[in-house]
Amino acid sequence: MWAAISAALGLPALVYLFFPPKARKEAQWIEAGDISKLAPNSPVELTFRRNRVDGWKVYSEKSTAWIVKQPDNSVVAFGPQCTHLGCAYHWEEGKNEFLCPCHSSLFGADGKVIAGPAPRPLDRYDVKVQGGKLLLGALRKSEDV
Amino acid sequence: MRRRWNFLKEWVDHRTGIQTAARNFLYEEIPASSGWHQVFGSVAVFLFLTQAFTGALLAFNYAPTPGDAYNSLRYILTELTGGRLIRGLHHWGASMMIATVVLHMVQVFLFGAYKKPREATWMVGVVLLLLTFAYGLTGYLLPWDNRAYWGTVVATQIAAQAPLAGPYLSRLLGGEGAVGVVTFARFYGLHVLLLPPATLLLIAVHVFLVRKHGVAPMPGDEVLPKKQFYPQQVFKDTVAIFVAFAILFTLAVIVRVPLEQLADPTDTTYIPRPEWYFLFLFQTLKLFSGPLEVVGSVVLPGLAVLALILVPFFDRAHMVKVTRRTLAAAVVLFAAIGWGGLTLAAVKSTPKAAGTVEIDYSAPTDWLQLSPEEMAGISYFRRENCVSCHSLDGEGGKVGPDLTARTIHKDAAWMIQHFKRPSTMRPGTSMPPIQLSDSQLNALAAFLLKLNAQNAAALQNAPDFAVEGARIYQSNRCGLCHMVNGSGMKVGPALNGLSRRETRSWVLDHFADPQKLSPGSIMPPYKLPKSDLENLTSYLFALPE
Repeated sequence: MWAAISAALGLPALVYLFFPPKARKEAQWIEAGDISKLAPNSPVELTFRRNRVDGWKVYSEKSTAWIVKQPDNSVVAFGPQCTHLGCAYHWEEGKNEFLCPCHSSLFGADGKVIAGPAPRPLDRYDVKVQGGKLLLGALRKSEDV
Repeated sequence: MRRRWNFLKEWVDHRTGIQTAARNFLYEEIPASSGWHQVFGSVAVFLFLTQAFTGALLAFNYAPTPGDAYNSLRYILTELTGGRLIRGLHHWGASMMIATVVLHMVQVFLFGAYKKPREATWMVGVVLLLLTFAYGLTGYLLPWDNRAYWGTVVATQIAAQAPLAGPYLSRLLGGEGAVGVVTFARFYGLHVLLLPPATLLLIAVHVFLVRKHGVAPMPGDEVLPKKQFYPQQVFKDTVAIFVAFAILFTLAVIVRVPLEQLADPTDTTYIPRPEWYFLFLFQTLKLFSGPLEVVGSVVLPGLAVLALILVPFFDRAHMVKVTRRTLAAAVVLFAAIGWGGLTLAAVKSTPKAAGTVEIDYSAPTDWLQLSPEEMAGISYFRRENCVSCHSLDGEGGKVGPDLTARTIHKDAAWMIQHFKRPSTMRPGTSMPPIQLSDSQLNALAAFLLKLNAQNAAALQNAPDFAVEGARIYQSNRCGLCHMVNGSGMKVGPALNGLSRRETRSWVLDHFADPQKLSPGSIMPPYKLPKSDLENLTSYLFALPE
């Protein structure tokens, strides 16, 4: 009897604590800005507002992305944090590289690691272009290399 | 091996005394008359521990500030696996705990087990009963929905009526009759920080006293051989605990604990009701009015508690068999009838709140975000009984394709043609044409385009009044002037948040003669059937802000 009671209390408790919350909200596409005048291979940082769901709270917060128009005219949007320890990196105009100021990780315009401790290429947003406007979806972790 | 094991046991016992203590506890001698009637104390302790456990689990995902409290509870209920069950256990556990503690007390009273030398045990027990009620009172506020808020407003105002101490009590509870952030923090602090250790301490004292004096023997026990607590009584207690737990678990699984809308201190239509175990007090209050109100709210309950505590000093006769305690039985019967009568009267006098509709916020309410057209689509979806052939995320008829499948979603124009003449768009289909007007088919298509596997169940939760209200809204083209959830025009005022701005009766009157209530309005009068007006108004009132 005690075993039955323990199981009836313990199992739901484990499920409750360890199962991830059901995500019923679909990732929304957010308009990040006009990219029709973007030159190839010269990244710009776009700032936009997006809703972030944190448990039971929804925050509307400022978020940024580095947008690079690739030579084939497709557009890539990188998440603004270095894949090493999450510092904000920036574009070095002269060197044509992304430089992270924390531990000097270097990334190319294609997001690939050139040097430094970063373990994987820059993370990318899902992107969609509609009428010259860039729409951003979920931020996806890049594959480890 | 065995020798080592014995050595280990001896070592541990010598250092901690744990084995000796357990043996002393379990092999306690109890009178021959002990039995099934004495299980309630153990059940109460078990329920207390269960409450502590489920309470701690809830606290892992609960933000104890107004507003956030409500949202985090909704998160527990709608997004966490097992969250609804844990809350159900905690909710029903509270009710069962009150019932069990009262039954325990009634048993002790009937048997006269409070008599010398067990007066202190009884008095500690009365305090434990009051603590149990205190959990009920403080926990009631924590969901921070309308029910919680208004119930607590009444409770704190009762406290404020107390002679002399009233204003101080009221300040201690966080303000002069106003229930706000301070009250909330104090109730939460009491509920989770102060009451549990106090209860543990008093349970320990209570059990210690029971052990010190032994279980009360009945006349005749002295000539019979004694029993042992273990295994006889332990077995009975275990069975009783198991039965209680089975009831609790069944309640938690089967009976849905509602969550009302977020507490709205400006809501003037809400009729507060306390939890069932406080209804008798609530009803007592109504018997007194004016300056006498304090008699019902403070004096009588105070005297009752005092009388309860002093029971062992009123009745100091020797122990007699329970069958000869007719006066005690009469008192219990009288109290039960009084309690039952008051509770019944309170239930009966609960007015059916006119026109207000209940939305179950303990389930996902994604439907509140739909545009009126999409909502109206749900109405046609239900009227045409689409689920007799189609399934939604696997549930429903299997004749047609699942309507949440991405692959069958085309654009609206295709869908409308398909509704009108299914076989031209899908040759060979057995789907009959849908006999609806173009605008109705538009609504149906709009709803189906919104539908996906994630939100299907949540959208199916849309209550009928809202779906019908949206249909009436659409068919009267309210959207040509008004905006709801971001769709519609801005000629008239946006209708989200209407419930904040106007009362229900104002809105109903406004439909009949807009100019009378808002001079200069260009809105034409609407003479709709009463039920349509009610549904439409309820729908508009349910809209998020």
